[in-house]
Amino acid sequence: MSKVANNTDFWAGVMFIIFGAAAVYMSRDYPMGTAMRMGPGYFPHYLGILMILFGLGIGGRGLLKGSDAIGPWAFKPLIVLSLGVLSFAFLIDRIGFVPSLVALIVITSLSGQEKVRWLELLIFAVVLVAGAVGLFIYAIGLPYQLFWWY
Amino acid sequence: MDLSQLFPHLYLGFSVALSLHNLMYCFIGVVLGTAIGVLPGIGPLATIAMLLPITFNLPAIPALIMLSGIYYGCQYGGSTTAILVKLPGESASVVTCIDGHEMAKAGRAGPALAIAAIGSFFAGTVGTILIAQLGPPIAELALEFGAAEYFSLMVMGLIAASILAYGSMSKSLAMVLLGLIIGIVGTDVNSGMARFSFGIAELTDGISFSVIAMGLFGVAEIVKNLEGSGGKRDLLFQKLKHLYPTKEDLKLSWKPIVRGTALGAFFGALPGAGPTIAAFSTYAMEKKLTKRPELFGKGAIEGVAGPEAANNAAAMGAFIPTLTLGIPGSGTMALMLGALTIQGIAPGPQVMTQRPDLFWGLIASMYIGNTMLVILNLPLVGLWVKLLTVPYRLLFPAIMVFMTIGVYSLNNSSVDLYMMILFGALGYLFLKLQCEPAPLILAVVLGPLMEENLRRALLISRGDPTVFVTRPISLGFLIVTVVFLVVMLLPAVTAKRKEALAGDAS
Repeated sequence: MSKVANNTDFWAGVMFIIFGAAAVYMSRDYPMGTAMRMGPGYFPHYLGILMILFGLGIGGRGLLKGSDAIGPWAFKPLIVLSLGVLSFAFLIDRIGFVPSLVALIVITSLSGQEKVRWLELLIFAVVLVAGAVGLFIYAIGLPYQLFWWY
Repeated sequence: MDLSQLFPHLYLGFSVALSLHNLMYCFIGVVLGTAIGVLPGIGPLATIAMLLPITFNLPAIPALIMLSGIYYGCQYGGSTTAILVKLPGESASVVTCIDGHEMAKAGRAGPALAIAAIGSFFAGTVGTILIAQLGPPIAELALEFGAAEYFSLMVMGLIAASILAYGSMSKSLAMVLLGLIIGIVGTDVNSGMARFSFGIAELTDGISFSVIAMGLFGVAEIVKNLEGSGGKRDLLFQKLKHLYPTKEDLKLSWKPIVRGTALGAFFGALPGAGPTIAAFSTYAMEKKLTKRPELFGKGAIEGVAGPEAANNAAAMGAFIPTLTLGIPGSGTMALMLGALTIQGIAPGPQVMTQRPDLFWGLIASMYIGNTMLVILNLPLVGLWVKLLTVPYRLLFPAIMVFMTIGVYSLNNSSVDLYMMILFGALGYLFLKLQCEPAPLILAVVLGPLMEENLRRALLISRGDPTVFVTRPISLGFLIVTVVFLVVMLLPAVTAKRKEALAGDAS
């Protein structure tokens, strides 16, 4: 890998430039107004420009002076955790609180680097679901169906 | 100082806080806060973000009382881990690690923990009195503030927060800008126009700060921790034989505790500064003042007492701008303020006069919470240490369950969950690119307020931008801001700051 590809400051700069440019681009549809009577586009437009400038500075510094290496990415945990939350979001309206919670617990548990211990996971899931039902449904009183029939 | 008013106020406060109900919530908060604060790698911000949903369905007073219990519970929990395992739960207890863990290795974990508790308790007591004393006059002053003053004050707070944050200053400033932009998402109050909503109906109400906080600090942190192969913890399992510090310990500690409290309260009350910087400066100061500097880093009790007091005093002091001005001084305080708004209370100087029960009840419960911490923590140290042995593979799914249910229960909307995932990914990107997310969350909360005040100030001045420098209080804030920036750019200070914030205790 070349040096630039792993340069923290350079990529941070790129990120800020992208966000800044997006802000400027999206606020072009909002009326600017004047300093005295600011329209909804005024504040975001100038924030975006300022952010692009910061991004240029940070990225430039990274290129000139070098910076810390980014290090390896942990895509697997990020994706698996997200899948767990997505499945909960998808299931809770359809099959109820308890099954969607089980899905969340099982899927998120798979995101670690360690080998999965299924028996432990099973007991853990039962305990955690029971605790969550007790706390959120009975104690706090959130109005969710426990199962699709109840 | 008007002492005659103090007692009726405190009386009101204690009569609120000492109700059985509120005592219970304070207790739950302190226990939960300590339990989660003990876990390494989970700082106050993540802890509060995680536990926030539990308070949503409570009335305002118990909710805030519980949250502040959580707040100093996790501060103290962080110190316990720092001393026993040398794993700071949060950046402010990095300093405690240095000498605290050395003491623990020498079999003096008990006195180290005890002196940390005593120091925190003293600082907490002073902090409570300070808030009660300084709160009303500051709030009165703040009632005079116009839009220009508020805008300048927020500029000062945001700049200070990025200067004192971990890591690169320019990145922190850019994170502030990004936070301000994220704060814009939603419907513009002046024109009714939906901005940055991507056509998604749910986004026209803006993104809830708690969703952002849980993504940035909860999800991202877990992903970061799962990068490695679990990580082994070097536990120190010795029987805590001598819990109580000796006379000699107390004699060595009381002065650092007093000095740490003073310095801590000052840094805490400054918007943008906070416990971390307070603890580091106190450690540096004690090292200069002590008669035995050679012992620092090798288990000097002063190196535990001073920073722990400073840490706690700053945590208390941070409530001053938050409660009196409605301007949070740190990311954690931004979360507290957000909780206040969720309860339907507009933060600001009027809270004190309109809801005196809330204001003084909260202050009284801070004191009660501190007392509970001391009573609770010393006997329960063994239990907290046991918590550390819970393997991470069980811990993180449990945390995910809490956060997912919490976020979903906000609006019963899956869009909030998608946003949490999105901010989780974004937070991980920030971590990898060494961009500190704490200034961002502060800016998200302040963004709409800032724009509103900027617009109003310029409307009143008929578009004349000099309004910010012709009004004396506003000018004062801006001068302080410029001084901050200039001081931080001095080469000598830059080097010191790097050293102080490096946070490498090993």
